[in-house]
Amino acid sequence: MKVNGKSVEALVEPRILLIHFLREQLNITGPHIGCETSHCGACTVDLDGKSVKSCTVFAVQANGADIRTIEGMANADGTLHALQEAFREMHGLQCGFCTPGMIVRAYRLLQENPSPTEEEIRFGISGNLCRCTGYQNVVKAIQYAAAKLSGVPFQEAAE
Amino acid sequence: MNDQTPTSAQRAEALQGMGCKRKRVEDIRFVQGKGNYVDDLKLPNMLHGDFTRSPYAHARIKKIDTTKAAAVPGVIAVLTAETLKTVNLAWMPTLAGDVQMVLADGKVLFQNQEVAFVIAEDRYIAADAADLVEVEYEALPVNVDPLKAMAKDAPVIREDIKDKTEGAHGKRKHYNHVFNWQAGNKTETDAAFAKADVTIKELIVYPRCHPCPLETCQCVASFDKIKGELTLWGTFQAPHVIRTVGSLISKIPEHKIHVIAPDIGGGFGNKVGAYSGYICAIVASIVTGRPVKWTEDRIDNLSTTAFARDFHMETEIACTKDGKVTGLRCYTIADHGAFDACANATKWPAGLFSIITGSYDFPTAHVSVDGVYTNKAPGGVAYRCSFRVTEAAYAIERAMDIMAQKLNMDPAEFRMKNLIRREQFPYTSAMGWQYDSGDYHTAMTKAMESVDYKKLRAEQKAKQEAFKRGETRELMGIGVAFFTEIVGAGPSRNCDILGIAMFDSAEIRIHPTGTGICRLGTKSQGQGHETTYAQIIATELGLPADNIAVEDGNTDTAPYGLGTYGSRSTPVSGAATAMACRKIKAKAQMIAAYMLEVHDDDLEWDVDRFRVKGNPERFKTMTELAWAAYHEVPPGMEPGLEAVNYYDPPNFTYPFGAYICVVDVDIDTGVTKTRRFYALDDCGTRINPMIIEGQVHGGLTEAYGIAMGQEIHYDPEGNVTTASFMDYFLPTAVETPKWETDWTTTPSPHHPIGAKGVGESPNVGGVPCFSNAVNDAFKFLGSTHIQMPHDHWRTWTAADKLGLHR
Repeated sequence: MKVNGKSVEALVEPRILLIHFLREQLNITGPHIGCETSHCGACTVDLDGKSVKSCTVFAVQANGADIRTIEGMANADGTLHALQEAFREMHGLQCGFCTPGMIVRAYRLLQENPSPTEEEIRFGISGNLCRCTGYQNVVKAIQYAAAKLSGVPFQEAAE
Repeated sequence: MNDQTPTSAQRAEALQGMGCKRKRVEDIRFVQGKGNYVDDLKLPNMLHGDFTRSPYAHARIKKIDTTKAAAVPGVIAVLTAETLKTVNLAWMPTLAGDVQMVLADGKVLFQNQEVAFVIAEDRYIAADAADLVEVEYEALPVNVDPLKAMAKDAPVIREDIKDKTEGAHGKRKHYNHVFNWQAGNKTETDAAFAKADVTIKELIVYPRCHPCPLETCQCVASFDKIKGELTLWGTFQAPHVIRTVGSLISKIPEHKIHVIAPDIGGGFGNKVGAYSGYICAIVASIVTGRPVKWTEDRIDNLSTTAFARDFHMETEIACTKDGKVTGLRCYTIADHGAFDACANATKWPAGLFSIITGSYDFPTAHVSVDGVYTNKAPGGVAYRCSFRVTEAAYAIERAMDIMAQKLNMDPAEFRMKNLIRREQFPYTSAMGWQYDSGDYHTAMTKAMESVDYKKLRAEQKAKQEAFKRGETRELMGIGVAFFTEIVGAGPSRNCDILGIAMFDSAEIRIHPTGTGICRLGTKSQGQGHETTYAQIIATELGLPADNIAVEDGNTDTAPYGLGTYGSRSTPVSGAATAMACRKIKAKAQMIAAYMLEVHDDDLEWDVDRFRVKGNPERFKTMTELAWAAYHEVPPGMEPGLEAVNYYDPPNFTYPFGAYICVVDVDIDTGVTKTRRFYALDDCGTRINPMIIEGQVHGGLTEAYGIAMGQEIHYDPEGNVTTASFMDYFLPTAVETPKWETDWTTTPSPHHPIGAKGVGESPNVGGVPCFSNAVNDAFKFLGSTHIQMPHDHWRTWTAADKLGLHR
């Protein structure tokens, strides 16, 4: 498989979950484990153009896949991706545990819908739980990034 | 000076000190997936541990056979209570003065209790082998109802203490009784009730819930046999307490234990206590000579570590007929589960529950709390609140609404009539707490004006009329809550944990180039301490916040502190930080006087420098003074520029707030929509408004979860039926309301920078606000109290009981 642009080859037991393969064999520790039942989304990675909960995918199912994690989000020149910058600018994170999954999910959301409404964003990230922020600033961060990526000025919605 | 010289205001702004919305320092690593959490840690030769857990809530263990488990290739050892007994660790002391089984000894007392600990080469093998541990159980009668715990024929939960008439907190009146705790004046309160015009009485239940941070509890223990030293990485909100308790339990000298709490993925009270997993990982590392990792899965987390609440509060208010409160009485049954592992200051078995008179001027009050044992998981932590404050706030805020209803008064008007007035501060409550400061009427008035409260009530009235005419099936509820917290535990005269006073600390070192490091006894779990403590230092010392590193969580380097919970970081460690800065500043002033050849008193402070009074062009900046501290101090002065402060607060702090929300209830589906939620918080001096707002958003969302859907529920056999995210409600972005935040500022008079703490206020005030709103919707139909959580089923049922579906 390809992970963050690099080819990876390994022999794994059939039952190894993708999240454990990434974290323990590849030392890609950005994606986290929060529930093991695909509810919380802390383990979200991008797999062949889809957001996937890597805690409920076997590593072998990802054979040949193209995977992107938070570690592969930064721009080619090393600067932060608009979403990474936006989460910091808009205070869209606190403990940081859900953040890698949330950003990777938001990345796919914006690929599918470059200028989502607030409602579309809320629905689009409903598979990713956050216990700290109450989502309001996460939504704002995604709006900020969407504006930046589309080259339009970000307008903060009136409270 | 020329025009290019920055003004004082410009220099102050450049520092990014208190009051500015400084972007968070920690985010730079978090947004790149470079946080350093416990489960990210990988040591050479590391093993993994996993538990065999009890399927029964109450059963005698007849036999444990580990042969099959031990035979699995890759399994190194299997621990049971019998093996732990050889090192005297089958039981451990709890923070509440009780003892708790580390692994089940003779019987199991709650479902999913730890029975055996399997240590293996990887987590898959450990989980496989844990399933192969064969345990023969003989089921015993189960009790999960705290109100039945002290019945004559109730099952004996704790055989180890069944004949003990004295517990850690005094007399026990039943074999399932933990303690009785009282506060206030019973005689006066009973007298007030005897002559009251109007009284109300309601059993108000705050159900069992769980803090449920997204990262579960976990640790890595590594014992070095040669040095006799233990290093323990873990998700610890209070690393120093873990070190001390660890030393007392394991008998490893405290200086040979190194506790490190790296980045923590949320805590909310879940990560204060000491759990079986920590002890087993330590023992396993000692036994195997290899590092051992233990990580909870979500079911383990929800069903075994650190529940919160489970308070059953029979609450009464006495009142004059014109609406002046004259007394409060509350009798509470507190369900502590199978062991009293409640995280409280040791002298306070019901925490700070006597803050129950809330924000109102009660002349007299009395509370009595009975703690009981049941076949449920132990815990009783302060979930995003200061020890039992949220239970107290819920009881009083619901009861005030119920009384207003009986008096036929508007709940906001009834509160306004009884709020403690500004001129009464400092105010001593009927329970003896000295409220340091407050301006309640200003806050309440601002809240009511901001939402146009009168207009909302008029709209509600119109909707009720329309409902009666059959034109709508929707009810509108307006929730009002005014809360006062008691946080910042705490003054040594009130508070200790196992005899250690609840001070906290800061150590600041300023380096020669004017940068520095601050180390703290508290421990961030997402609160942004690396950002905000540096802001305090920036303002106090006139050094840019960006030049200050903030570090916590390593007991080898951080000064001793009691950790982060109960909104105590800013009130206690924040004060210590300011006080340490002031020691540094005093020394810097002497150096400046020496360099400028003037008397100390001839200098004045200006943002980032000492200047000569009346001659502002003669000055030394703090950066210059830092350099000087290392090479030209006055004769006889020690070189260097650093200070430590251990801060024992003179009092608690008392943040408060006024919350108003509007909900619409569909009586045919029970679906409740939050139309509006307005939260006004007064946390005294505001260090970083961006972070405060974020804390309020998060706390309100957790309050929404608790009020509208969370419950750790047990069936009559003691099966916990809500132990995964399939069944335990965590709000997603879709149902979470939009929050409107606001503030007033009433600085704490006794705190060095006037700050009071804020992280938990929204949870304390949010829960009653939501619950009052749902209750308010049904009130005009004769309903007085509907128990939480107000999920769709319960709300539909409430409507059904009122005959609204016929």
